[in-house]
Amino acid sequence: MTVESTAARSTARRSGTGGKGATQAAPGGDAANGRAEAGEATATGEPRKSRKPAGKASASAAAKAPGKASAKAPVKKAARSAAKTSSGSTPKSASKTASKAPSKNGSKAASRSTASSSAATNGAKAPAKRSTKAQATSSRAAAARPARGGDSARGTGGAPVEPELVQLLTPEGERVTHPEYDVDLSAKELQGLYRDMVLTRRFDAEATALQRQGELGLWASLLGQEAAQIGSGRALRPDDYVFPTYREHGVAWCRDVDPTMLLGMFRGVNNGGWDPNSNNFHLYTIVIGSQVLHAAGYAMGVAKDGADSAVVAYFGDGASSQGDVAEAFTFAAVYNAPVVFFCQNNQWAISEPTERQSRVPIYQRAQGFGFPGVRVDGNDVLACLAVTKAAVERARSGEGPMLIEAFTYRMGAHTTSDDPTRYRADDERAAWEAKDPIQRLRGYLEREKLADSAFFAAIDEESEEMGRHVRDAIRTMPDPDTMAMFENVYADGHALVDEERAQFAAYQASFESESVSAVGEGK
Amino acid sequence: MAVQKLPLAKAINASLRTALENDPKVLVMGEDVGKLGGVFRVTDGLQKDFGEDRVVDTPLAESGIVGTAIGLALRGYRPVVEIQFDGFVFPAYDQIVTQLAKMHARALGKIKLPVVIRIPYGGGIGAVEHHSESPETLFAHVAGLKCVSPSNSSDGYWMLQQAIESDDPVIFFEPKRRYWDKGEVDPSAIPAPLHSAKIARQGSALTLAAYGPMVKVCMEAAAAAEEEGNSLEVVDLRSMSPIDFDTVQRSVERTGRLVLVHEAPVFLGTGAEIAARITERCFYHLEAPVLRVGGFHAPYPPARLEDEYLPNLDRVLDAVDRALAY
Repeated sequence: MTVESTAARSTARRSGTGGKGATQAAPGGDAANGRAEAGEATATGEPRKSRKPAGKASASAAAKAPGKASAKAPVKKAARSAAKTSSGSTPKSASKTASKAPSKNGSKAASRSTASSSAATNGAKAPAKRSTKAQATSSRAAAARPARGGDSARGTGGAPVEPELVQLLTPEGERVTHPEYDVDLSAKELQGLYRDMVLTRRFDAEATALQRQGELGLWASLLGQEAAQIGSGRALRPDDYVFPTYREHGVAWCRDVDPTMLLGMFRGVNNGGWDPNSNNFHLYTIVIGSQVLHAAGYAMGVAKDGADSAVVAYFGDGASSQGDVAEAFTFAAVYNAPVVFFCQNNQWAISEPTERQSRVPIYQRAQGFGFPGVRVDGNDVLACLAVTKAAVERARSGEGPMLIEAFTYRMGAHTTSDDPTRYRADDERAAWEAKDPIQRLRGYLEREKLADSAFFAAIDEESEEMGRHVRDAIRTMPDPDTMAMFENVYADGHALVDEERAQFAAYQASFESESVSAVGEGK
Repeated sequence: MAVQKLPLAKAINASLRTALENDPKVLVMGEDVGKLGGVFRVTDGLQKDFGEDRVVDTPLAESGIVGTAIGLALRGYRPVVEIQFDGFVFPAYDQIVTQLAKMHARALGKIKLPVVIRIPYGGGIGAVEHHSESPETLFAHVAGLKCVSPSNSSDGYWMLQQAIESDDPVIFFEPKRRYWDKGEVDPSAIPAPLHSAKIARQGSALTLAAYGPMVKVCMEAAAAAEEEGNSLEVVDLRSMSPIDFDTVQRSVERTGRLVLVHEAPVFLGTGAEIAARITERCFYHLEAPVLRVGGFHAPYPPARLEDEYLPNLDRVLDAVDRALAY
């Protein structure tokens, strides 16, 4: 609603005149044409009528004088207590303590792979996706609505028939085909995907252990989601741009982001800390769904530039309920932006099952926005790679956005602060364990003799080495300088920040000379 | 462009035009900013001259407007987005506060967010609900944002130029009741720094400090007071974050008295912060407590009551009297 119809007031009303002028509609009913305000101008031209008597003024001035004089006496500074001094030197405890409240935090990723994985995608020649085909899958699935109340529908047995998903590798590691999506990878490329997933899982496990040891304040594990992240991450080119949540450690690995950078925010030494443009991998975003709009906007910019890069927005099943995600779908659709919406449906948003987020499979939402959506087996790295490749190619060729729902499972807790035993059953996890993404690919590699025992042994050794590296890096990661909190608040500076920085520095310096003598004085 | 006498709305329009001409990365985005030229016509004619790709009509989704502007800024653009009315900014508040304001710091300075958010704000035009609010404190309170408000056409032109050139996010509050007030704009002038306050009128007995729509009220109050023999100084603050406390301090050190005026509610408003800081800085110069005139701790009232809600000449002079009485 706008002011257009109400616009302007032509009759002055002002205090003191006593008259209430009539409000008139502006000619043409348009705020831009209407004169909003004659009131102030008229007001000033008139004699002021409602002046206050000056009587109380002198009284209050007299009453005040003595108090004011004494107030001007210089105030003695209280002696600084020893407590203050010691608090200044107490080692930071906050970052070492696990936060009690489950927070929507996540973190970091794997170390870099210099080797083969990026090559893995080169051979994948997925056909450009037709939106009608992708949607055909969805309409068939529409019948499978979650039961009213949601919760009863979840679980390993007795669940309603789930819509079909794109799968190229069965849970048993058997290679199958799909009419629309395929990849053709060499043994070396397949080995690269396996290595990516193993090392990502190892990095993740290491971070969880480091949290338990107090080295990290929090960790958001990706356990179980390796295929979704590696498959999609390896579908990208260096010039593509990724907007992650806080759990995309595997995608970060694919983008060659130094994994120790990812640990910083979970240790509490920074709130992000890497240069997003170094690897075209944006900062982790903790507020749920916010980054999906950034991805849509970035993609709008790519289109304006006439570039053929693609943008990938990662988010989860919980985020699918956020207005920002819906708005991102709208913007991407109406501007035909080259963005792939990659939703990892890991079945749980902390304690809330997907049925609390949606009455339809998430990928079906795309249809209402006017672009295709597809569900892929999120524990099948080949299918995730194939579908993402197709979506990215679609974006590059100017066909606009696409939604991928990677159907997977969060094997661990939401974060290290979470306790999933309060809200989900063990047998559910066991059922998903049978679909493990790494075992699945390993089964395939072994059955087809695409990798030998020496290969697996070498990966295991590399994994151990990575664990050592991550442990060493975190334990030697320095705390930031205290004054760092004042840095980079603004790009062009800000007078108040400068003032407060100087004041705080002076305050801190004031302790230096007395910190020794103050110790032992008690409170 | 030669020196012209322009209404504030047209001065801002000229400023946007200059920015679009000077920098191909500048974009104008918002609801109805294209063909319509904005509901206040501030963007009138820009889409016709610069095309739909640079003057972009957006879906009606404020969070989406700001969120995509952030993405565009990350891609190297300098989006200037319009929020149609003050009361409509709140769907975008999350993006502004949790994302736009903090992203530069989160990246340890490695990325910049040159986004300008224009918000027509304030009352006095007889509008319906949510069209007359003054939410500047809600943004000035957030580190990482800068907040400014021009009070006249020249500042409207120049401060918007400077805001667009800034590598920081700037919330640009446009006093909608002043859109039609004319003033001289000299495009070849050398503007004052964006966040500097300006002495709009010199005086000796008391300092009135205001920004945006209330500068005019203060100038009129000073004129009225002069007739009664009181010499009031008027400081046009221009920037609510950062605030040019130095200029206010120097003024108060001369006058000994300070009255702050804004349309926003007095409680925890910009005036409260200035009162506290100036009391600290000028304690021995003050002859009276710092007083504030502003909106009440009540929802912005229906239009028939807004003249009583908004600070006006009488309410400002009432505070002046009280301060002078000490």
